[in-house]
Amino acid sequence: MDKRILIKSGRIVDPSQGIDGTGDIIIDGGRIEEVVVKTPDSARKKQSAPKPNSRDITVIDAQGMIVIPGLVDIHTHLREPGFEYKETIKTGTMAGIRGGFTSLCPMPNTNPVNDNPTVAAFVIKKAMAEGCCSVFPIGAITKGQQGQELAEMGLMQEIGCVAYSDDGRPVMNSLVMRRALEYSKAFGFPIIAHSEDLSLSDDGVMNEGPLSTYLGLRGVPAAAEEVMIARDIMLAKLTGGKLHVAHVSTRGSVELIRRAKNEGISVTAETCPHYFSITEKAVMGFDTSAKVNPPLRTDDDVAAIRDGLRDGTIDVIATDHAPHHADEKLLEFDRAPSGISGLETALALSLALVEQGMLSLSDLIRKMALNPATALGIDRGTLKSGAVADVVVLDAKQEFVVDTERFFSKGRNTPFRGWTLKGVPEVVISKGRIFDIAGWKE
Amino acid sequence: MPKDLVSIKDLSKEETELIIDTALSFKDVLKRDIKKVPALRGKTVVNLFFEPSTRTKTSFELAEKRLSLDVINFSVSSSSVVKGESLLDTVRTIESYGVDYIVIRHSSSGVPHFIARRTRASVVNAGDGINEHPTQAFLDAVTMKEKKGGIKGLEVAIVGDILHSRVARSNVDCLIKLGANVRLVGPPTLIPLNPPAGVRVFYDMNEGISGADVIMMLRIQLERQGKSFFPSTKEFFRYWGLSAERLRLAGKDALVMHPGPMNRGIEIASDVADSPQSVILEQVTNGIAVRMAVIYLLQE
Amino acid sequence: MTKELLSKQDIDRVLSRIAHEIVEKNKGPEKLCLVGIQRGGVHLARRIAARIESIEDVSLPVGSLDISLYRDDLTLRKKRPVVRKTDIPFDISERIIVLVDDVLFTGRSIRAALDALMDFGRPAQIQLAVLIDRGHRELPIRADYVGKNIPTARSESIDVLLEEESAEERVVLVSGE
Repeated sequence: MDKRILIKSGRIVDPSQGIDGTGDIIIDGGRIEEVVVKTPDSARKKQSAPKPNSRDITVIDAQGMIVIPGLVDIHTHLREPGFEYKETIKTGTMAGIRGGFTSLCPMPNTNPVNDNPTVAAFVIKKAMAEGCCSVFPIGAITKGQQGQELAEMGLMQEIGCVAYSDDGRPVMNSLVMRRALEYSKAFGFPIIAHSEDLSLSDDGVMNEGPLSTYLGLRGVPAAAEEVMIARDIMLAKLTGGKLHVAHVSTRGSVELIRRAKNEGISVTAETCPHYFSITEKAVMGFDTSAKVNPPLRTDDDVAAIRDGLRDGTIDVIATDHAPHHADEKLLEFDRAPSGISGLETALALSLALVEQGMLSLSDLIRKMALNPATALGIDRGTLKSGAVADVVVLDAKQEFVVDTERFFSKGRNTPFRGWTLKGVPEVVISKGRIFDIAGWKE
Repeated sequence: MPKDLVSIKDLSKEETELIIDTALSFKDVLKRDIKKVPALRGKTVVNLFFEPSTRTKTSFELAEKRLSLDVINFSVSSSSVVKGESLLDTVRTIESYGVDYIVIRHSSSGVPHFIARRTRASVVNAGDGINEHPTQAFLDAVTMKEKKGGIKGLEVAIVGDILHSRVARSNVDCLIKLGANVRLVGPPTLIPLNPPAGVRVFYDMNEGISGADVIMMLRIQLERQGKSFFPSTKEFFRYWGLSAERLRLAGKDALVMHPGPMNRGIEIASDVADSPQSVILEQVTNGIAVRMAVIYLLQE
Repeated sequence: MTKELLSKQDIDRVLSRIAHEIVEKNKGPEKLCLVGIQRGGVHLARRIAARIESIEDVSLPVGSLDISLYRDDLTLRKKRPVVRKTDIPFDISERIIVLVDDVLFTGRSIRAALDALMDFGRPAQIQLAVLIDRGHRELPIRADYVGKNIPTARSESIDVLLEEESAEERVVLVSGE
């Protein structure tokens, strides 16, 4: 960990403090010491020169760059333990850093499932030893993710789990989901719902609609997601538990969530870049890199997701980073696993929303750093004095072509391969340790 | 006094206090060499237990015999109910034997109420479904009164599976009637979303028993783990079990109570169950006195 | 309409006399004990014991006995009688028990008290001391020591008011119109 760091003259955007202006950030001992904003377009004005000191100080010139809190990915799959051939905690966190993420929340659908304190402790220990950034595990709601018996969520929270989800699978039994939401009240953690009615999604592999008919592929109707979101919202209302809806993809879902929030029900929601950037058309040609769950939807759904982001219905942009081995995606469409390797493209895809005038930069950072941290109750996503030094120096204008060969993630499965995107993290600081991305080789 | 003891909700505060005070008097009888009084000699009682129960049934039987009643035990497994006779027919048949009292335990809530309306005998509710268990609440109150001098203003924490516990529910009714301050403590899955009026709910046990005068631990049924009420007994004990350390958070000389039978190590630590603060065995003795008082006081 | 039968002073003198009679009849306080019948007899028993203690300089065991559970009219009454304290903290076997009650009437209370005492042990003798005997016996029961004989009509009643429980101390006859 580098000791004292000065990030100079960048445009600092920190929604947690209402800051958007040029200035300096001083980091010391792994924590933010001070944020000094110089120009008038900020909420607060502090005039002071960097402190004189007798120690070495690393200076990072952020002129022309944007300086933001490290991003927090509330929904990621790091695959370890059990599926190390797809990704490991080491490679996954590297990919995260490259993508500007300093906090990752891995889902529990590992092997063994992270449904008990022992596996949780393993993940945390591995992350501390080999991970490049902070890792906050999400534990399973039910043992083995079988949807029957609750996992030892209290004991796992003591080890370090921050939320619980059976992601990959829904909790089909409504009574069990009810109990999970009720039980969570004793501990204060959110329940993250992978909302999918399996009996409706059945063996569908893409969005159900004219295109699925045209392609001759079985479809998953929007209703499969909406029915479950409606149920989960009702249960959140009944029990008073904290619900977070994962990977929202349809118009109907956005409307349900909007109405729930208006009613004052405790629900937060996330979406992923693929649901506001591409549609089901990406499947054409039977391209398995576009196979994802929930599936890519229609133009209308994409428009609704973007509106939902704009009006605050959707609080978080997460990646649902789901790396798979290349061989697995080189299978027939029906048999290929669902998932997009998203850590290294998420920020750039999301910055496009700012470019298109859908969101302000501050709002975007709120959705990718502050809100996920708040939903989980973790102390991240902010540049306040005393906060852990998780900072990204971003060149928002730099273009790049998505080259999966250069991915740090083992997962090369993405429909954005070959796209030209804008926005590259130049320097990422995680817990005070500097990662110079351009010069970074493993 | 009414003809039946079916629900504590039907009794006034004065009637409840009379039962408790009478029970304390009956404790004397239990200490004598000849533990019998001729008070209800010649009367007949039938113990109609549709749910298996050794403790409560034995307690009632002893109480009845101490009052010189003739006792008949009618347990379901050996009866015509198995042959398909309806509940009402069973009760009518029993009435035709000329019984004066029916003590009934049934797995469906509301059965004693149903029967009481349809028979001249005095009906005593020995536990109906997940609804009520009045005599248990009375014996708990007698224990508290004896040890603490009174019930009004007492801080009583009831801990565990409140949702399925008729013991908890009857205690809430009785204690509130007598002016105690009642706290319900347990995992959110085992406390009704709509708790009875006048209680305070705590999911955090340390907070919930802090400064309490009485801690009443409820038995946790292990089958509930399979029905996703809690993940494991290990986790249950960690957050809602009464360990010796946790007991220190309660008031000085707090009473430790349990209706029995106990799951040592799951809801209550072994050393706590056997500690000087535990009045679990006295509860059993008081149970007989309470049941004597109840049967004595009911009027035909 | 009430008429005072005994004043506080009268009660005092009567109890003194009874105390002396008990000691005289039993030729001393050995093996004696007193048991007061709830409620009226309890205070009287204690006072008599105190009197005997000052005469003979000996402390006699005193107990209290609730007879509700032995009444013969238990299941016939409208309301169950309140069960009060029975406290006989000594072994009654081989002892001479002096049962004490305030008013002797039909004798049924005494019958109940005798049955209750039998369940406690086997006394050598049981004697009976009452403050007032108002007649109308329905059972063959008689008192060994009587404070005052007062013939009454059935419709009348006698109230014994003692200072342990009420403001004034006296015995009154209440006519029952």
